[in-house]
Amino acid sequence: MRHLLSTKDLGRDEAIALLDIAEDMADVANREVKKLPTLRGKTVVNLFFEDSTRTRVSFEVAAKRLSADVINFSAKGSSLSKGESLKDTAQTLAAMGADGVVIRHHASGAPRVLAESGWIGAAIVNAGDGTHEHPTQALLDAFTIRRRLHGAGARGRGLDGVTVTIVGDILHSRVARSNIWLLTTLGATVSLVAPATLLPVSIAGWPVTAGYDLDAAIDNGPDVVMMLRIQAERMSAAFFPNAREYGRQWGLDDERVGRLPAASIVMHPGPMNRGLEISANAADSAQSTVLEQVANGVSIRMAVLYNLLSGAVVA
Amino acid sequence: MSILITGAQLPDGTSTDLFIDNGVFTTPGTADRTIDAAGLIALPGLVDLHTHLREPGFEQSETVLTGSRAAAIGGFTAVFAMANTMPVQDTAGVVEQVHSLGQRHGYVTVQPIGAVTAGLAGQQLSEIGAMAQSRARVRVFSDDGHCVSDALLMRRALEYVKTFGGVVAQHAQEPRLTVGAQMNEGALSSELGLTGWPAVAEESIIARDVLLAQHVGARLHICHVSTAGSVEVIRWAKARGVDVTAEVTPHHLLLTEQLAAGYDSRFKVNPPLRRDEDVLALRAALADRTIDIVATDHAPHPPEAKECAWDEAANGMVGLESALSVVHAAVVESGQLDWGDIARVLSRKPADIGQLAGYDAAFALGSPAHLTLYDPAVTRTFATTDLRGKGLNSPYLGYKLPGRVLATIHHGYPTVLDGELVDAHEVAAQAVAREASQK
Repeated sequence: MRHLLSTKDLGRDEAIALLDIAEDMADVANREVKKLPTLRGKTVVNLFFEDSTRTRVSFEVAAKRLSADVINFSAKGSSLSKGESLKDTAQTLAAMGADGVVIRHHASGAPRVLAESGWIGAAIVNAGDGTHEHPTQALLDAFTIRRRLHGAGARGRGLDGVTVTIVGDILHSRVARSNIWLLTTLGATVSLVAPATLLPVSIAGWPVTAGYDLDAAIDNGPDVVMMLRIQAERMSAAFFPNAREYGRQWGLDDERVGRLPAASIVMHPGPMNRGLEISANAADSAQSTVLEQVANGVSIRMAVLYNLLSGAVVA
Repeated sequence: MSILITGAQLPDGTSTDLFIDNGVFTTPGTADRTIDAAGLIALPGLVDLHTHLREPGFEQSETVLTGSRAAAIGGFTAVFAMANTMPVQDTAGVVEQVHSLGQRHGYVTVQPIGAVTAGLAGQQLSEIGAMAQSRARVRVFSDDGHCVSDALLMRRALEYVKTFGGVVAQHAQEPRLTVGAQMNEGALSSELGLTGWPAVAEESIIARDVLLAQHVGARLHICHVSTAGSVEVIRWAKARGVDVTAEVTPHHLLLTEQLAAGYDSRFKVNPPLRRDEDVLALRAALADRTIDIVATDHAPHPPEAKECAWDEAANGMVGLESALSVVHAAVVESGQLDWGDIARVLSRKPADIGQLAGYDAAFALGSPAHLTLYDPAVTRTFATTDLRGKGLNSPYLGYKLPGRVLATIHHGYPTVLDGELVDAHEVAAQAVAREASQK
């Protein structure tokens, strides 16, 4: 792997290898000294054209646990907010000798443009691009599901036979897209639930089923329910009438959580709108993996940076 | 200057010698210059009804001179310059300036298009009468780049332009359905996470406008038709007797949305590249005359407008230099159009729609000598070295394209010889001499 741009082009063996490295990285977090010397002398730049404290901090912790030098290059208060182009930024980072660039960008495809431009030779990690993909989020979600289901015996396994229902704003969600490709590659069966306004057009070719009825989906007893964040601006753009109606129809409230099988897990990529797409009880229940997802995010990002930057060949 | 062209094949398939003197085709006499055109096709000078020359205001993208040179190397002898300059071509002064720059440089006839609405703002009509009566004699009015989306304003524009014998060329794009649109809306846009530009946003405006044109008895031209559904609407309108004409760009005849998959913004254009089935429907519509003409929508941009993420990149492709080869590849090689059809869709008919004189009787004795000599047998890998305008934003770089323009003659003097542009001073001197002889 030269870059991590999407999960669409990630093979099953490649994905499982990454999840297995993440298991090793998770073990590091349980040590007294939570640090490996692997990337000593390497420079990782967090290039964030869009605010995301959670993702940036997660990558920063991951890189530091691998002993890399980390530079945060964020939009606010830097030249990025003054209209500096992607090209100029990339050439600047190249001149400074960045080995890896973790990029979050509001435009779909920006990481790919960076990777193929010739402006910079560093390894590129997509940390979320527009409404396209967020591959490390999908990897950490797959890792979380696999750990919950298989515990210590997770290594080497895919997600064969696992049923996952993704609920909410699929149209604008890079998390949904990356999860759809990765989870199905790993053998899971994925279904989508959303109002028709928030489903992308022409998805007949996607390896998923799509429906509008959350209650029917709950009654199917999925192994995993993944709730997506609803953004307030969607209401003004007439995707749905208001928050109350959305919550009634597509919110994971206490009653719906109660109808899920006890072994089912509830996921959310965060940050959550408690009371809108997910109730407080659902978010804090034993079935919820929200905090595990955050912890696992560091392990996954360590695995990705290790894979891309250590020179070790994996799978 | 007199020129003898020997052995050229005319669009109807016959071969003949052509003699040009004093700017017109005439009976053979002593020639200053002889061009051996054996094996070449003589086409009437090509006419582009849809060019962006960018001057005044955006000279870093293109000027009247550089755009004229791009046109000449592509076989064109006339271009209609779109109104989205800065200041906008919405007053007699600006259109006269653009027109006279074209005359001075002399590579092609530059016929300005007037804006339908002042400042392209879609609020009130521009000074259409003044532009029509100016020295530029504007007959085509368009807000291209913007749709005249207000139905009442469009009705008034159709009526008012009719008053001066002109035509409204509509950029059909329902603005609310295309807020932030980046590429054709469909399976691929959903996967790539790029905001969709749905076909219905074009088709619904065309449907509305053909009905409006019929209601008020006005002439309507549709710019850059891009979808199979639009073709169906236009076919229906023509069957009803609506006075509507339509154009398709070379790129919509050859390229599909699949090119967006790599986020290479050279392929970002408005209207966007569509599906395979749209491309096939557009080719068939050009063949059966539902679509009347090919027009380039030549849209030059500086490198920085394209060296960025897809969402942030400018729309548009350069097209003058490659147009004939692309149309050759798309519809001549497939057998759907012959060279006679090419002469119609790239010269006679666009001149007719734009009311440009001198293109109704190509090669006839006494007609203005506008022609291009095209070698259909060669193949070239298209490269930036084939471009002559300022813009390098061609989608065909690296493509193998058939054919090549070897000579272009405008008003009886050469602008391209041996496949290369004639020197700018020489062309300008010829243009001045012709002007003087007209007085």
